Amino acid sequence: MGSADILSTLPELVLIATALLLLVMESAAEPHRELLAATALGGLAIALVTALGYGADGLYYSGMLQVDPYARFVSALALVLAALAIMVAVPYLRRTLEERGEYYSLMLFATVGMLLMVKAQDLTMVFLGLELLSIPLYVLAGFYRHRSSSNEAGLKYLLLGAFAAGFFLFGIALLYGSTGTTSYSGMAQAINSGTELSRVLTLAGFGLLLVGFAFKVALAPFHMYAPDVYEGAPTSMSAFLSTGPKLAGFATLLKLIAVVFAGTMVHWWTAIWILAALTMTVGNLAALRQDSLKRMLAYSSVAHAGYLALAILVTNYDSGFAMLFYLTVYVLTTLAAFGIVSLLEEGEESAMPGVEACKGLARRNPWLAAAFTLALLSLAGFPPTAGFLGKFFLFNATLDAGYLWLVILAVLNSLVSVYYYLRPVVAMYMQPGKNTSALPIPRMLIPALLALAVVALGAGFIPAPLVHATASAISAIL
Amino acid sequence: MTTALFYLFSIFLLGSALFVVLNRHPVYSVVMLVFSFANLAGIYFLLEAYFIGILQVLVYAGAIMVLFLFVVMLLNVSPERPRARWVPLDRWWFGAVALVFVISLGALLVRGVGQLPSARSEVPDGFGGITQIAEALFSRYLLPFETAALLLTVALVGTVFLAKRKI
Amino acid sequence: MSGFDIAAALVKVLLVFGVTMLTIMLMTLAERRVSAFMQYRLGPNRVGFGGLLQPLADGLKFLLKEDIIPTQANRPIYLLAPVIVMVPALMTMAVIPFGAPLQIGEHLVPLQVADLNIGVLYILALTSVGVYGLVLAGWGSGSKYPLLGGLRASAQLISYELAMGLSIIGVVMLTGGLTFGEIIAYQQETGWNIWKQPLAALIFLIAIFAETNRLPFDLTEAEQELVGGYHTEYSSLKFAMFYLSEYANMITASAFMVSLFFGGWDVPFVDELAMGGWGVALSVLAFVVKVGFFLFLYIWVRWTFPRFRYDQLMRLGWKVLLPLALVNVVLTGFWLVWRAGA
Repeated sequence: MGSADILSTLPELVLIATALLLLVMESAAEPHRELLAATALGGLAIALVTALGYGADGLYYSGMLQVDPYARFVSALALVLAALAIMVAVPYLRRTLEERGEYYSLMLFATVGMLLMVKAQDLTMVFLGLELLSIPLYVLAGFYRHRSSSNEAGLKYLLLGAFAAGFFLFGIALLYGSTGTTSYSGMAQAINSGTELSRVLTLAGFGLLLVGFAFKVALAPFHMYAPDVYEGAPTSMSAFLSTGPKLAGFATLLKLIAVVFAGTMVHWWTAIWILAALTMTVGNLAALRQDSLKRMLAYSSVAHAGYLALAILVTNYDSGFAMLFYLTVYVLTTLAAFGIVSLLEEGEESAMPGVEACKGLARRNPWLAAAFTLALLSLAGFPPTAGFLGKFFLFNATLDAGYLWLVILAVLNSLVSVYYYLRPVVAMYMQPGKNTSALPIPRMLIPALLALAVVALGAGFIPAPLVHATASAISAIL
Repeated sequence: MTTALFYLFSIFLLGSALFVVLNRHPVYSVVMLVFSFANLAGIYFLLEAYFIGILQVLVYAGAIMVLFLFVVMLLNVSPERPRARWVPLDRWWFGAVALVFVISLGALLVRGVGQLPSARSEVPDGFGGITQIAEALFSRYLLPFETAALLLTVALVGTVFLAKRKI
Repeated sequence: MSGFDIAAALVKVLLVFGVTMLTIMLMTLAERRVSAFMQYRLGPNRVGFGGLLQPLADGLKFLLKEDIIPTQANRPIYLLAPVIVMVPALMTMAVIPFGAPLQIGEHLVPLQVADLNIGVLYILALTSVGVYGLVLAGWGSGSKYPLLGGLRASAQLISYELAMGLSIIGVVMLTGGLTFGEIIAYQQETGWNIWKQPLAALIFLIAIFAETNRLPFDLTEAEQELVGGYHTEYSSLKFAMFYLSEYANMITASAFMVSLFFGGWDVPFVDELAMGGWGVALSVLAFVVKVGFFLFLYIWVRWTFPRFRYDQLMRLGWKVLLPLALVNVVLTGFWLVWRAGA
């Protein structure tokens, strides 16, 4: 191990140091809580600079990590996502008097997990990164210790997550047994040259890995936990829960398939086809019936996981590019949507804001209503927004690969989803609400809303910068 | 001799693991889980991985499971409620789903294991000793090792946060 | 494996087992006689010469007592517990060398039942399994005092196991091996570890007192609070098994301590290996004397220190011994690196 290795993990080290500093700050006799969020954001900013600027591309830590444009792009997105999620959390935590160093600290640890996952070049590191992402999330989902709904969310997530981790590990064990290695390059060599000990074990191992990933990104039928967990968790946390694991999970899975399993995927097409079809249908149909905004967004995130699974099914340059584009748009819009929902949550803490909480929002704060509308339209995939472009790229790539019926199903699903995405919009603009007091936008939420505007509208009208960034990132692995 | 021992350990291992899952009495389950760990350690010994085997006993059987037992005893799951002695398998769809899963995965594994070469290789000198493990752990697997340490730290922070009454 | 090896192994097993059992008997007597001595009384001195046969009488009494299984007890667990305590306690002695290797004809017989390449960990693993016996005994009795004793036992033993394990690491780092043979050979060459690892030795000593549930750490069976702790509900032979294994654990712990820090069977400035049979006899004698000293120390401490309160016990384990043991590991590491550089 040399200084180049350390330099390659500089972003992670910065984050870890910041996270530990936050814990120390929290345990001070008189903690200066107002400095916590700023410290966390500072750490993330430094990490972002180092992730983009420092170190050369290549393999590090004796082949455990690989730094390439793909990893850099996803890392940067993860860091931005984490920073925005923290900013969304600040007003929410302060309003509910739960602002604590542990929240930000655990967020940073989870971010380290995400970075390690996408950089990983070895299944050992993927697993450890996944757990490093998951364990803080279990705690954060149950962060509001005095709310029974939050406790339930944390416990449910923990139990099912541990179960899924078992599948993941078993998969790694089978792959190791079959190929004699856990490194991407070693496994790829064994699989492509046909020298693995048993093709059946390789396939079974990948299947179990897929189950583990499917749980983390909430693909049906492994999505059961998602609505309950996203609803019960603190709303600022639901924002991260529905985006962070999906970003890291899909990015890692795509890389894994592209680099290692491309040669064996023919056996898995049917299964992934069914997963994708089932996920988008179940997610959208269930979302139709939800009154709670958080549950609605939760099912919507399941549905989007279904769309993203199309890219996994195809796994070529076009679909990979479309997936990155889609992911970028999806995580930033969903984050902003949850951020806005967290503002609507007022009064009774156990009462989750329903669609009626949106009533009259256009009068209470037109900017907020406009932002929420933009987020929902982008999620639904309306034409001028980037959500539309993302869906277009994704469906187009899938169609080119010859999955006509799946694309038809996806388009039908998108049409269905318009109904539930527009219900809050209708409530905001056309129905008068009981509460007419002005609802100011907290300053900390403004960056998240700006990011939403930039990515949903900006990338919708001028897609070239984002297209270039994602295309150059994806060309590193496909 | 080795083969016979292997089957003995395996049967005990699987039997006790099944017992853990099917029995409803938490204390019995913990005790049987410890027993299954001991058998797993036995299999490690047969593979000449003495260090891993003894760690299995020392860490899992000796430390972690004691904490399990500790918790189970503190919770004091009362036998007053009428509880079935074994996990009810009468809801047929549970059983059916489990059966489908077990059979399909089992069939895959049996086929896969059948493809494995049966040749045995001699283990090199010092195999599974602390020197070899330490060298692997602190060179090639340095990063996973450190990440695992970080993971434990995070788990500790989370546990203290969730469990401590007043923080 | 030749016939000679098998015979030698059998003899050694019988010897170690027999001597351990004999020492346990002597310890039960010594405990009472030394206690009496410290309290200025006589103690049991009627059965046999100076009370030497008292342990036999006690054993006979245990055998003949009525064996009671409380109705509240959980039978399988209740019956299993003493066995789980007893078996590891008697198994641990197997890896401890009790004398210099003996030359018989052309065979060099190590005076040790089994030289495992993970000997140190073997003892730690077995003692950690023994904890189950106490916990299960406490739970299986179906009575509140044993339950409290069992809970205390599990918490205490796990807490001190950490400090104990970490204090050993310093020694293992110096030696570069986990077998007792290597550890003792290292000490013969370079002097006893007590001079190089005094902090570790102190931590280890405190930890084994806690691990064997002896005063000042006998909270698991504190008579004044818990009647008899985890073995309150046990009678007759099953009680005897707890009783015996407690002393067996003390003997193993003393032998462990001697082997790690006091050179095992080594006599300083004497080359036992060159002296032939006499050297072996001398080494065995040295081992017995050293172990005897620590066994005496157990009793000595018992009548010298008051019992810790439970929170004090936990604080000592987690906030004092554990950090100190970690510091010791780090310091040892620095020293090794410095020496390698120099």
